[in-house]
Amino acid sequence: MYKIVEKRELAPKIKLLKIFAPEISKKAQPGQFVILRVDEVGERFPLTIADWDAHTGTITLIFLEVGVSTRKLGELKEGEAILNILGPLGNPTEVKNYGVVCVVGGGVGIAAAYPVARAFKEAGNRVVSIIGAKTAELLILEKEMMAFSDELYISTDDGSKGYKGFVSDVLKSLIQDGRKFDLVYAVGPTVMMRAVANVTKPHNIKTIVSLNPIMVDGIGMCGTCRVTVGGKTRFVCVDGPEFDAHEVDFEELIKRSMTFLPEEKLALEYWEANKKARG
Amino acid sequence: MSKWDRFKAVPMPKQPPEVRIHNFDEVALGYSEEQAIMEAERCLQCSNPQCIPGCPVGIDIPAFIKLLRKGEFREAIRKIKEKNSLPAICGRVCPQEDQCQKNCLLGRKGDPVQIGRLERFLADWELSHGVEIPEKSPSTGKRVAIIGAGPAGLTAAADLAKLGHEVVVFEALHEPGGVLMYGIPEFRLPKRIVKAEIDYVKKLGVNIKTDTLIGRLYTIPELLKDEGFNAVFIGTGAGPPIFMEIPGENLCGIYSANEFLIRVNLMKSYLFPKWDTPIKVGDRVAVIGAGNVAMDSSRCALRLGAKEVHIVYRRSRAEMPARKEEVENAEEEGVLFDFLTLPVAYHGDEKGWVKKMECIRMQLSEPDESGRRRPIPIKGSNFLMDVDTVIVAIGRRPNPLIQQTTPGLKVAKDGTIIVDENMRTNIEGVYAGGDIVTGEATVISAMGAGRRAAKSIHEYLMNLSR
Repeated sequence: MYKIVEKRELAPKIKLLKIFAPEISKKAQPGQFVILRVDEVGERFPLTIADWDAHTGTITLIFLEVGVSTRKLGELKEGEAILNILGPLGNPTEVKNYGVVCVVGGGVGIAAAYPVARAFKEAGNRVVSIIGAKTAELLILEKEMMAFSDELYISTDDGSKGYKGFVSDVLKSLIQDGRKFDLVYAVGPTVMMRAVANVTKPHNIKTIVSLNPIMVDGIGMCGTCRVTVGGKTRFVCVDGPEFDAHEVDFEELIKRSMTFLPEEKLALEYWEANKKARG
Repeated sequence: MSKWDRFKAVPMPKQPPEVRIHNFDEVALGYSEEQAIMEAERCLQCSNPQCIPGCPVGIDIPAFIKLLRKGEFREAIRKIKEKNSLPAICGRVCPQEDQCQKNCLLGRKGDPVQIGRLERFLADWELSHGVEIPEKSPSTGKRVAIIGAGPAGLTAAADLAKLGHEVVVFEALHEPGGVLMYGIPEFRLPKRIVKAEIDYVKKLGVNIKTDTLIGRLYTIPELLKDEGFNAVFIGTGAGPPIFMEIPGENLCGIYSANEFLIRVNLMKSYLFPKWDTPIKVGDRVAVIGAGNVAMDSSRCALRLGAKEVHIVYRRSRAEMPARKEEVENAEEEGVLFDFLTLPVAYHGDEKGWVKKMECIRMQLSEPDESGRRRPIPIKGSNFLMDVDTVIVAIGRRPNPLIQQTTPGLKVAKDGTIIVDENMRTNIEGVYAGGDIVTGEATVISAMGAGRRAAKSIHEYLMNLSR
């Protein structure tokens, strides 16, 4: 059991949990994730480790409540516990001094971008960050990203804060303005990562994306998270989660991530109905 | 009850096919006391028994059968447990027909003694009459880390704990049991049985730490240096599923057998939406491959409501690697078999869901290195099969994480770990056994490896200077 020591709501439906997981907190590295199971009947699902602190023995997870699993997770209170957390999983980000790095975070993906931006900054890179959300009130970790970015750009789909448009539009205009990036690192919704890949490809800018497909075991056993990269089938959980954005078959990834949409809806309805019945 | 016949096995009571395809309850119901004794009476009590050498863990089979037929069930199960800590599991899933029962004298003229069924009877009898915890040797003060709580790891853990060592088993998943929990379906191996036998291992003093992935949370050098373990046993088993690498294989609706079975067994998606993990099975299911995993997958698919389930196999009936019993069960339940058929591509709809499977007909030619006749495609014989779910059950590779994170560990080309006859790797204090050494094999062979490793680790530990 993994106890929640702190809980905050960062934005509507976006929650932060600080969880006592001392072993994971000692080993976590940027780019890695955990697999959780909230309760006995729960699914196994991945979340990127947004932060960790070996001294207090805690890890921080930030998530958007969408399906039954994240809803259940969001309902837990401080002092309550998560049944299972497995991690750290996945290959850590290759952190080194690339020169100028552009870190792009979309939506709740900013939580995954944050430790990577910090690590890039600490490794001596000039970090240019672009973060975005649907609307101003859904934008998270602005202050935190600012602390480890030499420049920070913000976009919202509706223009309620920063540039009106997508993070990929901001990146595009920076490149058009003649900005040179040695590396672009993007994490967020798959369509956003695809858009970033499409922006950087014609300019031949090395671009890394951190993929977030459906997973079950998270340790390379099931192949649920398989994705075509450079014409080859790779497992995101053990071969990734980061890949060369220009090699990823995003169309396939998007289709595969919708495999269980009707069932996910049903599971949520079932859970809500039962919650009502329990009072 | 039928007349006793020395050469005829007492039949195993089973759920009728038309009933069982609608539930996940156990198919084989087990012998009654009377049936077990009747079956045990058939044993010839050979002076030079051929059954014992066939048992990978070396159970004294005639001795337990002798006790059983006298009605001394407690003594009989004690005899089994001298060598096997997981008898309720082995009695159900061991391929006895290729092991202990293979050389039974009675088998030359009729049915061999049904040793597995008798083992199961005694193990179940003990589970319902109270499990006895044997006395342990005094503590040696030595600590052993076991990686993986599957059949190999649990067996090694039980043996080492009985010998007085402190044993910690590290399991990556949220439940211990390995393939027994995530792979073999409820209707063949009920999870309460697995849990009961794991509970026995825990009562021997074994500490099982779930949610712990060795190679990420701790490496083997860290276990030995920082975490204070004197020896390590690697029982990480088979991992990544093998795909055929043919066009369209990543379409929605195509599962690896591992994904399909993990969802159904470990995550209990047959109880969806009560349990949160979904599974989707269409009307027409193709299972690729003809091993036990393929049989399990096909029978799960039927129970999840598929109208038609095909086993698609490139060779013929005679070459199928699955146990005969499992093939029979699948056939009784209505699984269809398409032999000499090889998928070459999948075709999907605009939403990315599989709709058709393109296959080619095969013919058998000369025997290959496995001794089975090699299947060869018949040119121009391609045809399309309507499918909405495909389960690829053609095997798995060894789990690679330990090999990648243990500097200097000797690994074969196929990714398995190299050990000597005493299950020692090339690193001092590090042992390995089970599928991670042999490639995919059986539960009992992994248990046999666990036993041998435990013996070898014990000798190593007792020779360590204090």
